[in-house]
Amino acid sequence: MSATVAMPSRLTLFWRSFAENRGAVFGLGLMVVLIVVAALADVLALHTPIEQFRDNFLTPPVWAAEGDWHFPLGTDDVGRDMLSRLIYGARLSLMIGFSVVAVALIIGTTLGLTAAFAGGVVDVFIMRMVDVILVFPSLLLAIVVVAILGPGMFNAMLAVAVVTLPGYIRLSRASALVELNRDYVTATRAAGASTLRLMFDTVLPNCMAPLIVHATLGFSTAILDAAALGFLGLGAQPPTPEWGTMLAGALQYYQRAWWVLAFPGFAILMTVLAFNLFGDGLRDALDPKLKR
Amino acid sequence: MALLEIRNLAVEFATARGRFRAVDGVDMTVEAGEVLGVVGESGSGKSVSMLAAMGLIGWPGKVTADVLRFDGTDLLSVSPRQRRKLVGKDMAMIFQEPMTSLNPCYPVGWQIAEALRAHHAVPKERVQHRVIELLEQVGIPDPSRRAGNFPHQMSGGMNQRVMIAMAIACKPRLLIADEPTTALDVTIQKQILDLLVDLQRQHGMGLVLITHDMGVVAETAGRVQVMYAGQMVEQQATDGLFNTPRHPYTAALLDALPERAIGRHRLPTIPGTVPGIDDRPAGCLFSPRCKFATARCAAEAPVPQAGVRCHTPLDDAGAPR
Amino acid sequence: MTVLMQAHDVVRHYKVGGGLFGTPGTVKAVDGVSFSLLAGKTLAVVGESGCGKSTLARVATLLEPPTAGELTIDGAATAGVDADTRRKLRLSVQMVFQNPYGSLNPRKTVGATLMEPLEINQRGDAAARAQAAREMMAQVGLRDDQWGRYPHMFSGGQRQRIAIARALMLNPRVVVADEPVSALDVSIQAQVLNLLMDLQERLGLAYLFISHDLSVVRHIADEVMVMYCGRPVEQAAKADLFAQPRHPYTRMLLAATPSVDPARRQLQVSIKGELPSPLNPPPGCAFASRCAHATARCTAERPDPRPLDGHMVACHHAESIG
Repeated sequence: MSATVAMPSRLTLFWRSFAENRGAVFGLGLMVVLIVVAALADVLALHTPIEQFRDNFLTPPVWAAEGDWHFPLGTDDVGRDMLSRLIYGARLSLMIGFSVVAVALIIGTTLGLTAAFAGGVVDVFIMRMVDVILVFPSLLLAIVVVAILGPGMFNAMLAVAVVTLPGYIRLSRASALVELNRDYVTATRAAGASTLRLMFDTVLPNCMAPLIVHATLGFSTAILDAAALGFLGLGAQPPTPEWGTMLAGALQYYQRAWWVLAFPGFAILMTVLAFNLFGDGLRDALDPKLKR
Repeated sequence: MALLEIRNLAVEFATARGRFRAVDGVDMTVEAGEVLGVVGESGSGKSVSMLAAMGLIGWPGKVTADVLRFDGTDLLSVSPRQRRKLVGKDMAMIFQEPMTSLNPCYPVGWQIAEALRAHHAVPKERVQHRVIELLEQVGIPDPSRRAGNFPHQMSGGMNQRVMIAMAIACKPRLLIADEPTTALDVTIQKQILDLLVDLQRQHGMGLVLITHDMGVVAETAGRVQVMYAGQMVEQQATDGLFNTPRHPYTAALLDALPERAIGRHRLPTIPGTVPGIDDRPAGCLFSPRCKFATARCAAEAPVPQAGVRCHTPLDDAGAPR
Repeated sequence: MTVLMQAHDVVRHYKVGGGLFGTPGTVKAVDGVSFSLLAGKTLAVVGESGCGKSTLARVATLLEPPTAGELTIDGAATAGVDADTRRKLRLSVQMVFQNPYGSLNPRKTVGATLMEPLEINQRGDAAARAQAAREMMAQVGLRDDQWGRYPHMFSGGQRQRIAIARALMLNPRVVVADEPVSALDVSIQAQVLNLLMDLQERLGLAYLFISHDLSVVRHIADEVMVMYCGRPVEQAAKADLFAQPRHPYTRMLLAATPSVDPARRQLQVSIKGELPSPLNPPPGCAFASRCAHATARCTAERPDPRPLDGHMVACHHAESIG
């Protein structure tokens, strides 16, 4: 009988199409490494990120002539171990990315679904607010928000969340509008379901695929924006080992000590790359149009 | 000589779950001036086989055939350039969804002109004239005004007429119509079918009509091929097919039509479903659903004989021989 | 015979367009439809796209209120009642949709889909709901081991079985079926039609069966209503309608329906024209522009349905035709 033949599960099928994209697998690998490093920061780091070694200002990495095995990637201008700061920085960056995406995703999706379901004035109001946010260049708006709330990592995260909201609102509204026209929603409504149930139990799960992709890509935007704010002195404050803040503090030494700039920059690059590759792969794997 | 000749056509698709034979061992000949109906349920490979003949199957599909000849030209060995010259000019095709087959960004007249220009069918200064003439030919009222309309300004029936005008623009020898009326209402369907048959007679074209609707075939085609799960299971002249079907699948399909069951409460059904990629039987593909199947049917795949792919074709009374 | 649903002169209009520049118009999607649905009987609504049959389905399932006219379910009025009563009434009318690929939630298993209506209305405890769902699966011919499967693992016919099962979970008296078999292959269509008829016999359901396919209607219906541009043009018992169609549009539909039986193609009617735009329908009979029998009276004066030989016909010339 036809029905007794085992069908490959959704997960298996998904993995097969995901694994076809080598870049995505590479991104996933990089992500796993980052997460492990961030989780085991206390074990992996040789020093605490804020401990200053007064005898070792701007020590170069080990492979340079004056390198020191105590500081594999050298030290910065006040004698803190670069490697340890980068490792703790990974923890911070991931935390920032995760919180920003979570906040933006939850608020954005709720607003988007509300706009789609309520329609009329509510819809117009929410979407015009989105347009207002989109009018400003995102970093500029984030700076404005931080300027109002005051500098600091928490406020920077909040600012980044606000500027990334429009994407989630528009995306969830658009997919919800498509799903709303599907017959299964009508059928559930005919069975007497309440609007809340329709929104979150019936429609939302079917809009998740593009939102997950957007969130993954949003992770890297969040990290990048937070780093930018840190670089401008509006995000995490020294001595917090945040990569953007590290860059800002080391700017004046770029001719004497390349490593104080290169390593945080490289860390940002690799993290953003990892999430972007993974997000692209996710989109390709989830998009039925690209399936064969 | 036959206009279109196909021997042992197969189309395979590489999918994430392995290779899938969408079309398997299809033979077909179309003579000039005849209407051939190709019927089958969804997934029977009726559209894919004709797309393959047109050379319109791309990656990940793979087309093989012993013979694939159009009007003496071997389609297996022609260069892509030559093929492009043939397709759209001497062999044309119309599709199921007129709304999506037309480009929404251009007026319909422009799109017909484009088809003419691509094949240099008429001198440049005559193109506009010919467009109007074509629109008139397919029964569009007020053609000179309609030529400037965009597809969204016209009804589905009118758009299908435009598609037909585009297809016959270069006076093709063979027209393949893939479910041309499935998306249309019955009264419009009737108009379009009448139009197609009229044009076919006027131009002496060969017409291949692909459809799932038995009624449409019965009223339009002279000869019918029935497809099931990628194979051609029966071919006969239309009257013969509907009066004395030889293949059990054809017979069962006809029995399942509500219009043949007037006064009966329950319709006869065909149990089970068309085999998919995972569950193709070893022998005859229809054997798991066939009420006449024997042990031989399950083990050994039948080859077409006298137009029927069956070990025990049905006799005039509908019993297996 | 119990009348389960009665519609009297039901009207459903939509305001459309306008936007920034255009002038808003009114689409009369359903314009004056009356019918009675009897327990155990099927009323088929036939017509082409845009004739208002799908809107009628939405009105009949109380998803949209009628703009005017009266709709009663089991004798109870549906207009002017509070939200709670309305919700309860709504539950006694359930719907089966045309496209089985869009009508099932792709993220819910068969079991979850079937239990959902009960869950929403807090009927029974979890065990009782599961029990009821499993019994319904058996009723519609689904196997017990298919409980945990997702819709994408089923063929179109099986999905339509699931959709029918879901519609029946709340024990409705009336089922509105909007083109339930037109997306299915012939052999599958026969299975689903048989299932629908069996269920009707067993449960005494009333069907409002919407279709464009006259051969299907001829098989399943007891009474037929032909609609054109939002208005019923002919309404009669099935046998009468097919034996002697009175309205020229009905005759055109019958003539246009392709038949495998050459003897069945006795009606030869020329088919001209297309449906008029619903935005500005002609003043008189909407069919006049396509009708071979149209006179000056037809384009000036709109015919209302009137009884003739057991048919209700909306045509000025019904007597002289046929």
